[in-house]
Amino acid sequence: MLIQEQSRPGRMATAQAPLDMADVSDLPAGLRRKTRAALPEVSELQAVRHYTRLSQKNFSIDTHFYPLGSCTMKYNPRACNSLASLPGFLARHPAAPESHSQGIMACLYELQDMLRIVTGMHAVSLAPAAGAQGELAGVMMIRAYHDARGDTARREILVPDAAHGTNPASAIMAGFEVREIPTGSNGDVDIAALRDAVGPQTAGIMLTNPSTVGVFDCNIQAIAATVHEAGGLLYYDGANLNAILGKVRPGDMGFDVIHMNLHKTFSTPHGGGGPGAGPVGVSKRLEPYLPVPLVVKDGAAYHWQVEKDRPESIGRMTAFGGNMGILLRAYIYARLLGAEGMRRVSEYATLNANYLLARLSNAGFTLAYPERRASHEFIITLRKEAKEHGTNAMDFAKRLLDYGFHAPTTYFPLLVPECLLIEPTESESKEALDGFVEALIKIRAEAKDRPDLLKQAPHTMPVRRLDDVRAARQLDLAWRQAQAQD
Amino acid sequence: MPFIPHTEADVADMLAAIGADSIDDLFDEIPPELRAKGLDGIPAGLPEMDVARLLQRRARADGEPLCFIGAGAYAHHIPAAVWQITTRGEFYSAYTPYQAEASQGTLQVLYEFQSMMTALTGMDVSNASLYDGASALAEAILMAVRANRKTASKRVLVPRSLHPSYRRTARGLVGNQGIELVEVDFDPSTGTTPVAQLEAAADDGEWAALVLPQPSFNGTLEDVDSVTDWAHGRNMLVIGVVNPVALALLSPPGEWGSDGADIACGEGQPLGMPLASGGPYLGFLTCKQAFVRQLPGRIAGRTLDAEGKLGYTLTLQAREQHIRRSKATSNICTNQGLLVTAATIHMAILGGEGLERVAAACHANTRRLTALLCEIPGVEPLFDGPVFHEQALKLPAPTAEVLRALAAHDILGGFDLGAEYPELDPALLVCATELRTEEEMLAFRDLLLEVLGARG
Repeated sequence: MLIQEQSRPGRMATAQAPLDMADVSDLPAGLRRKTRAALPEVSELQAVRHYTRLSQKNFSIDTHFYPLGSCTMKYNPRACNSLASLPGFLARHPAAPESHSQGIMACLYELQDMLRIVTGMHAVSLAPAAGAQGELAGVMMIRAYHDARGDTARREILVPDAAHGTNPASAIMAGFEVREIPTGSNGDVDIAALRDAVGPQTAGIMLTNPSTVGVFDCNIQAIAATVHEAGGLLYYDGANLNAILGKVRPGDMGFDVIHMNLHKTFSTPHGGGGPGAGPVGVSKRLEPYLPVPLVVKDGAAYHWQVEKDRPESIGRMTAFGGNMGILLRAYIYARLLGAEGMRRVSEYATLNANYLLARLSNAGFTLAYPERRASHEFIITLRKEAKEHGTNAMDFAKRLLDYGFHAPTTYFPLLVPECLLIEPTESESKEALDGFVEALIKIRAEAKDRPDLLKQAPHTMPVRRLDDVRAARQLDLAWRQAQAQD
Repeated sequence: MPFIPHTEADVADMLAAIGADSIDDLFDEIPPELRAKGLDGIPAGLPEMDVARLLQRRARADGEPLCFIGAGAYAHHIPAAVWQITTRGEFYSAYTPYQAEASQGTLQVLYEFQSMMTALTGMDVSNASLYDGASALAEAILMAVRANRKTASKRVLVPRSLHPSYRRTARGLVGNQGIELVEVDFDPSTGTTPVAQLEAAADDGEWAALVLPQPSFNGTLEDVDSVTDWAHGRNMLVIGVVNPVALALLSPPGEWGSDGADIACGEGQPLGMPLASGGPYLGFLTCKQAFVRQLPGRIAGRTLDAEGKLGYTLTLQAREQHIRRSKATSNICTNQGLLVTAATIHMAILGGEGLERVAAACHANTRRLTALLCEIPGVEPLFDGPVFHEQALKLPAPTAEVLRALAAHDILGGFDLGAEYPELDPALLVCATELRTEEEMLAFRDLLLEVLGARG
């Protein structure tokens, strides 16, 4: 039942609002609202019980193994939340003077610095609010760089066909055209196709490495040379930074600009769809264009740099300079890990992925790239199972929910049919991984003997499989509107 | 090892299963010359108690000054239940609800949020959040240019009385797509941007949209009905930029003029989010039904499951980047889901009447503060006319100096309007929400009197 359907006229959580209705009769009637907004009228307990119960209908890292490829669903340390929620941090107004901001500015400055070092870049801005905004900031800087040089014919961004959808969408938002580059049979970028594609129109390439197919592109140096020789810049999509954190640095691979997903690699939570944070790092030649604000240090004092201090900046991405509470969580996580801990992240994420890959391969599942090492994630294809039993990757995914495992990413990347993209992360134990393998083996047996069990899965969730076609055709997007339609 | 559960025996077993000698061997496809040499400059890891000590010291260093700044971020009471429930692991550590059956909690919250936002704004549909108010406005502008079928114009009228950071953010985010934002000055005596002002600024050519903030950055209230009708008469779409708490008192965008605003967006922070240095907040974006396929971002819909039971799922995904790639309505992916959860619980607990009491108290407190401060010689309202919960004041001394002197006594006295609008200098924008007490406002008046008096 919706909270709106529990509403009763005249009921309210009396303790939570001012005792009286203050006089507002000076406001002109013509500007006033005529009828009160139809928000729920419920008691505090009703609200608390309702939302607590709703929470229990979710899978989450805190309750389930969540091997969602490309999403880095690792443990979100509770200290990151509680320390970022200290009263001094929560109460600070974004326009508070620097005299009352040195504490948080110290954290932000040190975070800029640690991210700069661990990625091997020249400078970092924490401004973008999420990964896709980091991508947009990145390609905007590429555009600003070429424009500042009068090199305005460079209007094309190259994007591998396996890339996240945000890459081409971000390039379009920055005013570029997009050209796709095919992926070779071993999962690496098709270097011959890349050589054919570059030219005086090339502004840059957006690359994820390790890529979305779960392998480290062995040709990265050749790719960097090809694009740079053509006059383009290299953009690193940090979606998979967890795979190489502290082991390999994008700056050393030749990238000019990168974004990081702190809600992935630095374990700030995913929150059921955000908030994220997508800091950008740049090489020296792109530094003037970094989005504002930045924190700089002068002696013992920290200062903001904003538009007037950085006239060539691409500007600000949000009104107040970013998702500060998320940046604090990432800072706390980085201090808990330290340099050694960061390196261990990629080592154990890679160990877990390769262990899962080995066990699933031994159990007879088909690997998409059997000759390759897994990075922190890998792909199995259920094409054989689909053909033999009529059970597709989505059926396996839904049945996994019944076994208490969140499904891996399904049907992405698009170029591998019936695929599951599996990312266990470093924070899962061997027992959890073994349990997942056992479940997949059992489900495969079910696919053979009782395929309907999969096709009708899940059986144990709060709802059965949902009718997405109905959802899109008979739009029901808000309760009030739904009542009007009835 | 922090947050890594492996024992030495586990590692040995796992490497044996893989057929590798060491963890390092697993990186053997990476060219050796690319391997990082070291991470000099990154400190060693610390146990939680040491990190806690450091963070507590830093949080204390910033203090908890008495704050009369608004300017787009507002301190309100947040019921304790809001964040205790929001940070339950099942909400906090879940992913975007792509696997709908295992995400009914988050999905139903999104649907309830959308329902509440349409009730508050009087619009037909809402998405499930964007990053913040400013980036939501940028998306609203892109959407309006796409959606306005009556013109191919990419020009948008933007009052100069819109939040300066919103103007900057929007300009940066839409500028690369050939969209021109043309600024319109406000009337210097009223602070508002009435039809006459807009008529003077808008040439006879075509325009895609008008941005209409209510209240405006300088605190004043626009005659939204006449402005909306004027813009519609010129075939512009109207984008309302609204404060959700103010909407408990003020006419909702869906009812502006004869036909209502076409799109309404804004900053959701006043609905249960702490100030927190500026984020994470949430941008909301609502619109008329006709434009639903132009909405960017996630949208939750209600549907039926295989047994005919009601359930919730993300819908209209063909608008989004993971399906449409370069043809998507926006690049947005991760948005502000956890803040949506907080805002939904906040609105459920306060209800329509609670929110109205909050808004009325903010309005009354700001009037009281204005009266108190205007007892001081040389301090007076900058504009005639009503405000919601922010008042622009003329000061008899340079604002930055005054604010510095106040801050030295732990009072943040407001926003320096002259820094953004030189013609208004010296001027101060003050805000007193429902949290500010009579004693606090008196303390502000007394200190301001002292600071100004000390200047002779």
